[in-house]
Amino acid sequence: MKKFICVILTVVILTGFMTACQPDTRTQLNIYNVGDYINEDVIDIFEEENPDIKINYETYYANEEMYVKVANKSSDYDVVFPSDYMIQKMEAEGLLNKLNFENIPNYEKISPEFKGLDYDKNQEYSVPYMWGTMGILYNKKLVKEDVKSWKILWDEKYAKNVFMLDTERDTLGITLKMLGYSLNSGNEEELNAAKDALIKQKPIVLAYCGDEVKDKMINEEAALSVVWSGDAYYCMSQNENLAYAIPEEGTNLWFDAMVIPTTSKHQAEAERFINFMCRPDIAKMNVEYIEYSTPIGEVKEQLDDSVKNDKMRYPDITKVDNMEIFTYDKELTKRYSEIWQDIKISN
Amino acid sequence: MSKKSKGAVKSFIESTYLFIIFLFLYLPVVVLMVYSFNASKSRGSWGGFSLKWYGELFSDSALLSAFYYTVIIAIISSLVACVIGTAASFGINAFRKKSVRAMINTVTNIPVVSPDIVTGVALMILFVAVKIPRGFTTMLLSHITFNIPYVILSVMPKIGQLDKNIYEAALDLGAKPFFAFRKVIIPQILPGIINGLLLSFTMSIDDFIISFFTTGNGVSNLSIYVYSMAKRGLNPKINALSTIMFIVVICLLFIVNKRTSKDKSKNVLFS
Amino acid sequence: MFKKYLVYPHLFWMLVFVLVPILLVLVYSFETTGLNGEAIFTLENYQKLVDANYLNIFIRSVYLAVISSIICLALGYPISVILANREKRTGKSGLVWIFILPMWMNMLLRTYSWLTILEKNGILNNLLELLNLPQVNILYTSGAVVLGMVYNFLPFMILPIYSVLIKIDNSIIEAAEDLGANSFTVFSKVTLPLSIPGVVSGVTMVFLPAVTTFIISKLLGGGHYMLIGNLIENQFLVADNWNFGSAISILMMVLILLSMAITNVFEKDTSTEKKGGKK
Repeated sequence: MKKFICVILTVVILTGFMTACQPDTRTQLNIYNVGDYINEDVIDIFEEENPDIKINYETYYANEEMYVKVANKSSDYDVVFPSDYMIQKMEAEGLLNKLNFENIPNYEKISPEFKGLDYDKNQEYSVPYMWGTMGILYNKKLVKEDVKSWKILWDEKYAKNVFMLDTERDTLGITLKMLGYSLNSGNEEELNAAKDALIKQKPIVLAYCGDEVKDKMINEEAALSVVWSGDAYYCMSQNENLAYAIPEEGTNLWFDAMVIPTTSKHQAEAERFINFMCRPDIAKMNVEYIEYSTPIGEVKEQLDDSVKNDKMRYPDITKVDNMEIFTYDKELTKRYSEIWQDIKISN
Repeated sequence: MSKKSKGAVKSFIESTYLFIIFLFLYLPVVVLMVYSFNASKSRGSWGGFSLKWYGELFSDSALLSAFYYTVIIAIISSLVACVIGTAASFGINAFRKKSVRAMINTVTNIPVVSPDIVTGVALMILFVAVKIPRGFTTMLLSHITFNIPYVILSVMPKIGQLDKNIYEAALDLGAKPFFAFRKVIIPQILPGIINGLLLSFTMSIDDFIISFFTTGNGVSNLSIYVYSMAKRGLNPKINALSTIMFIVVICLLFIVNKRTSKDKSKNVLFS
Repeated sequence: MFKKYLVYPHLFWMLVFVLVPILLVLVYSFETTGLNGEAIFTLENYQKLVDANYLNIFIRSVYLAVISSIICLALGYPISVILANREKRTGKSGLVWIFILPMWMNMLLRTYSWLTILEKNGILNNLLELLNLPQVNILYTSGAVVLGMVYNFLPFMILPIYSVLIKIDNSIIEAAEDLGANSFTVFSKVTLPLSIPGVVSGVTMVFLPAVTTFIISKLLGGGHYMLIGNLIENQFLVADNWNFGSAISILMMVLILLSMAITNVFEKDTSTEKKGGKK
C-alpha cells in the first residue's frame, strides 16, 4: 500500500514538473473572465497569431468575486470582464488603467450607441464585450395571456409557479420598475414600497434562484421566471414552449466590457488582446457561442435574420427610453443589502 | 426461534438498513454519472446517449490543469496535515493540565468553526500582507491549515483508547522506544490516521471557497472551475470528469483492498 | 512518546495561518470606512447585531443544524455499529469507505443532482407517478435543506464513531456477556459509553459545517430565508461590507467556541467515568 501511494505520488509529481518546466519565453497574459463566457477556440487563434504571447485563462463566478481578487491584487490580471456597475466601482476606487485606444483600432467597429454610456462616459477605461436586457421567460403552455408587465410575477394565479433571481440588485430593480420608479432609486419611500411589494410576493415565489433557473425552466418546473436575455434564448433553443418578453415598464440594460486593471504588467499586449476580441470574425465566433448580444454592428448584420431582427434580442436602445443601466453607489449598495435581508427574514 | 435463525434475521435487517443508506448516498452520484452521457447540454432534457463530453474533456486544457492541481494539492496537503496532526495528537496528550488541553483543542477547532468564506478571506489578507505571490504554494498552505484539525479530530479518540500497558510491556521486554512505538502504538492508532488522511483528502478535493480566495496566477482547482461554470450552466464535461475520477478511485481502492486482504497482517491498513 | 514538543509544529502552524488571520478579521470587525477610505474605530458593527432580525437568522440556522446533527446521529450510529461488528466478526474491512466515497464528487455537483431528483418533474416524482403514488414537493422547503445537510455531512458522523467502535476490545464485550449481560445491557453499559468520544467528534463535525453552509440553503431551500452562512457571504461578496461580515463571523465563532468549551468539560467527565468503570 505504501509503495503504491509512493508510485502514484511520484508519477503525478513528475508529470507536473515536466509540464511546468517546458521553457517558455512568451509573455504571459492573464485573462480573467466569467466561466463559459468565451468560445475557447478564440484563445488558440490568438496564440497562433501572436507567437510572443501565452494566454493564461482563468474564470470566476460573479463580478463581486473578481472584484475582491483584483482589489487585493491577488494575481497580475491583464484583462477582466466586469459589468457596468462594477466598472464604475472599480474606476471610482482607482483599480482601472486608462486604455490607449491607438492600440485598439477595432474600437471603431463598436456601434456608436454603445459608446460613452454612463458607466464610462468619457470612453477611457472600457470596451464593450456583450450586452443584453433582463426580462420574463415564460412557458406558453402554462401562461395563456400576453406577458406585458412585471405585475404578472405578482399574480396569485401563478402561486408557487414563479422563479425570482436571488440577487438583490436585480430583483429590487425590476420591482422598482414595476412600481414606475427608476431602478437606481435611492428614495427611501420608493425603496420601502419595493420592499413591501417583494414581501407580499413571497408566497407566490417558488424559489429565489441563481443560474440553475435555466435548467428549471427548460424542465418546465415553473411558469414564469426573471432571466437575462442570453439565458432566455438558450432556454428557448432547448424547449420550444418557452418565450421571452421585456415588460413595458422597462427593464435593466446591462453591459459586460473588457477593462485593464491596475494589476496588469503588460498593458500593450492586453490592448492587443482586446483589439483582437473586437475583430469581427472573432466577435462573431464568441457571440454565436455565448448567444448574448454583440455591440459590434458589422457582426450583428452577419447573424441570422431571425436573430438580428428580434426586437427582444436586439432592441434599438436609441429609441427605447425606459431601459436603464445600473449605477454604482457604495451607500446605496449597503441599503439594498439591508432591504434584501428584511425581505428574506419576513415570513 | 433458534439462536441461529435469530442471527440471520438480525443480519438481514442490518444489510437492508445498510443498503437503504447506501442508496441514499449514491443516488445523486448515479444521477450525475448518467447525465454525463446526455447528448443534450441541459440537465432538463435528455438528448440521447452520447460520449461526446468525454471526448471534449481531453481537449480542455483548463479543465485538465484544474484536475492536476486538485489531485496534487489533495495528496500533499493531506500527507503533511497527517504528520503534523498525528504528532500534535500525541503532544496534546502529554499535557496533564485540563485547561491547557482545552485551550489547544479550542485553537485546533477554529478552522473547523469559522465559515469557509471567513477563513478564505482572512488567509488572503494574510498572504497579501506578507506579499507571498498567490498560487500553488498559498493554496497548499491553506489546505494544510484546514486539514490538520480533521486529522486531529480523527486521531485523538484513538489515542484516548490507547492501552499504554502494552507499550510499557514492550519496553520492559527490551524493545527500543522507537521499535515499540512502531510495532505497538502505530498499529493501534493507524485506523485513526488513515481516517484522518481520507477525510482531509476528501475535504481538500471538495473545497471551493478557501481555494478560490487563496490562489491566483493561473492555478485553480476543479471546484473553482465547476463554480465558475455554474454561472452559464453546468457543462456535462464536468459530469464526465467526475465519473472518470470516481471510477478510477473505486478501482484503486478495490485493487489495494484485494492486495492487502491477502495479507492479513497488513489488514489493519484498511480498517 | 507523549512529548509536549510534538504539539509545537501544530501550534506554530495554527498561530501563523489561523490566529493571525483571525486577528485581522477581529480588527476589521471594529472598523468602518471613513469618507476618504480611511479606517475608523467603531463599535457599530456589533451594535447592529443586536437587531432582532439577525437574531432570527441565528436561531433558524442553529435550529436547522441541530436537527441535521440529530438525524445524522440517528442514521449514522447504527451504521457505525453494524460496520464495526461486521469487520470484527469477519476480519474483512473496507466497507466503511463505501460511505465516504460519494464525497469525492464535487459537492456542488451532488447538490445539483438532488435538484434533479426532487424537482416537480424530477426523477422521484416520475418514479412515484409510475407506481401510482402521490407526488412529493419537498424541494425549496426547510425539509430539503435538512436533507441536503444530512446527505452532505452524514459521512462526518459515521467515520469518527466507527473509528472508535472498531478499537473497542472484544474481550470487554465478551466478559460482560459471560457475566450474564444481555445484548441491550452490553450496548448501554459498554459500547455506548466507550463510543462517546466518537459521538462528540461526529456531532461537532456535522454541526459546524451545517451551521455555516450557504450553498445548500441557497440551492435546496429556494433562497426563501437567509442562514448565517448566506448572511456572511452576502456581506463579503455583495454588500461589500467586510467590517460587518467580520463582526458576524467573530460573534459566531465566540458562540461556537463557548459551546465547545462546554462539550470539552462534558467529554472530560465521561472519560474519567469510563476509567472508573473499567476498574
